[in-house]
Amino acid sequence: MIQVHNLSKTYNNGVKVLNVESLEIPKGQSFGLVGNNGAGKTTFFSLLLDLIQPSTGHIINSNVQVNTSEDWKPFTAAFIDESFLIGYLTAEEYFYFIGELRNQNKADVDALLAKHEEFFNGEILKSKKYLRDLSKGNMKKVGIIAALIGNPEVVILDEPFANLDPTTVNRLKKIIKELADDANTTVLVSSHDLVHTVEVCNRIVALNKGEVVKDIQTSPETLKELEAFFAV
Amino acid sequence: MFKHFIWLEWKSFLRSASFGTNLAMKIIMGLVAVYFLACFAIMGTAAFFILKDMGFEPLQTVNKFMIYYFAMDLMVRYFLQKMPVMNIRPLLTLPIKKGTIVHFSLGKTALSFFNWTHALFFIPFTVVLLAKGYGYQAILWNIAMFALVYFNNFINILINNKDAVFYSVLAVFAGLGLTQYYNIFDITAYTQPFFQGMYDTNYLFLIPVILLVAAYYFSFQYFKSNLNLDEGLAKKSEVAQTENYTWLEQFGTLGTFLKNDIRLLRRNKRSKTTLIMSVMFIFYGLLFFTGSIEAYDNPAMKVFAAIFVSGGFLFTFGQFIPSWDSAYYQLLMSQNIPYKEYIKSKWWLMVIGTVISTLLASFYIYFGVHTYLIVVVAAIFNIGVNSHLVMLGGAFVKTPIDLTTSKQAFGDKQAFNVKTMLIAIPKMVLPMALYAAGYYLFSPNIGLLFVALAGVIGFMFRNYMFTKIEKIYKSEKYATIAAYKQKS
Repeated sequence: MIQVHNLSKTYNNGVKVLNVESLEIPKGQSFGLVGNNGAGKTTFFSLLLDLIQPSTGHIINSNVQVNTSEDWKPFTAAFIDESFLIGYLTAEEYFYFIGELRNQNKADVDALLAKHEEFFNGEILKSKKYLRDLSKGNMKKVGIIAALIGNPEVVILDEPFANLDPTTVNRLKKIIKELADDANTTVLVSSHDLVHTVEVCNRIVALNKGEVVKDIQTSPETLKELEAFFAV
Repeated sequence: MFKHFIWLEWKSFLRSASFGTNLAMKIIMGLVAVYFLACFAIMGTAAFFILKDMGFEPLQTVNKFMIYYFAMDLMVRYFLQKMPVMNIRPLLTLPIKKGTIVHFSLGKTALSFFNWTHALFFIPFTVVLLAKGYGYQAILWNIAMFALVYFNNFINILINNKDAVFYSVLAVFAGLGLTQYYNIFDITAYTQPFFQGMYDTNYLFLIPVILLVAAYYFSFQYFKSNLNLDEGLAKKSEVAQTENYTWLEQFGTLGTFLKNDIRLLRRNKRSKTTLIMSVMFIFYGLLFFTGSIEAYDNPAMKVFAAIFVSGGFLFTFGQFIPSWDSAYYQLLMSQNIPYKEYIKSKWWLMVIGTVISTLLASFYIYFGVHTYLIVVVAAIFNIGVNSHLVMLGGAFVKTPIDLTTSKQAFGDKQAFNVKTMLIAIPKMVLPMALYAAGYYLFSPNIGLLFVALAGVIGFMFRNYMFTKIEKIYKSEKYATIAAYKQKS
């Protein structure tokens, strides 16, 4: 599904923030990206979404080279941070807006929202608040669900577990696991939290200073291995 | 402790966005500032002599209108002066006494633009008074006036965001102004002796000083008791209403974007200021069409005015496309967005804005049908040619827009962008030249026809221009994303 060739990103000041020679993510995989701050997780996702330009190499998303064609957009959805939200809309308006861009009618969106009603915990829909006035955690919930609109084949979530309360984290894990079980959906998740990532992903890649330092299929020993790696 | 505060202020001043512009901008802005300062100072000096020439006793006349002067001052402050609240949030958890924080924040307002500009009038005026032998009491008068300026400053802090209080005060003064105008009741008959008393007696000036101290004391108490994140420092959030505009759905993706743009205009402070400015532009033409200013009383200048009358919205909104969407530009760029529909939606919005402005401007018929026709052909030109040019310029403007603040009243570079003003010049000159050519070579009506024709021809290039703009969006994509990220 996703192939990375010779990808690197170097900024003007000469700092190389990402350098991945080759990486292949097959269709249907749930892919976890772990690493410390500055390891290059968000940079990798931004390159995957063509928000920044690669210094060398390229990414191919389902036979489409992302930095030259835009044809990956219809089947790829992402939530990176709050800048993906439109502050002056209510949650419903935002969901319908994204739905319309993804060729979903109102009923489709409503069905999806009804399915995730529990996840919202009654604080988001009909809350009479614009997105800019929601708490960080609630903003994240909106962004994550919006990324699921239109059954995208590739779902990218950057730090989805951060800022969420324990109950919501568990609900989110359930959602991601469901996506992971779907053979048509490839999920990419990044996190600082090893436990959560191991739980929801069947493959984990650890980045350190932009380089891939671990690439493991999840097994009962994975967590120990990772904890040993990140131990001080 | 105050040393640290002053250090913080100095940094925030030096590193503010408006200071970060290039040197040329700074010099231009500096010159403009000096010009206005000089104007005020000259006014302060000249006021005395002008009043005297007109046969009034200067000090008494000034005192007569002081009550309205301070009422106006309060009104301007209420709308424009920002409260020094938000930037003290990070200080709350530091080991600083609450009293110190409040003293500093209140003290800071004393240095505000809205206070020291008054000095530009009062000081020269007082100096002239002294020079003309008004004696030391002129200084007492000056002290009293400054006490009242600062009294207003603190009153404004106390009534900040209390619309009910403010509008009732405003209503009272409007009523007083009207009754005075129609000679029913003259409030100045009672207030003038009071202000005059500051000069006539040696002790009355103490009243404003005492008022000032009291206002400071109360705003100190008020602030101190409200220095919590959930009260005085709380961010205001409005009750949101879901608006679906289902009737726009028949336009497909275009409708989707239009819906959003309408919400953008209605729900953000920054875009609301744009709407207010567009309405003001409609009245801009009065300067030209009334023939009251001789330099403006020629055919070409009338077209100049008409372009602004019909295109106020087009220019103020259009110059920041796509910056309006800067806060969530990353989202748009990762969605399956047909650029053409996006551009078209903005274009339609400008067209709608232009048509509405033109309809609102129909009162110009009062100055003759031909005058209003100038506005109409200018609108055609705006839609056909300028809408494209404005968007073309906007594609290169990479200033992120903070929708939630209605820009600082002064010193905001976005409101004062020389670059966009320069791009704007050909948009004016071309229709002016066309009209003048038709006017002098043939007849005024042929001039109108020329301008309208240019608009129609421009309209035929619409799709070509949209493709061009789309190409710029694409080629500038990474740079634009990076630029928009900078502020947030």
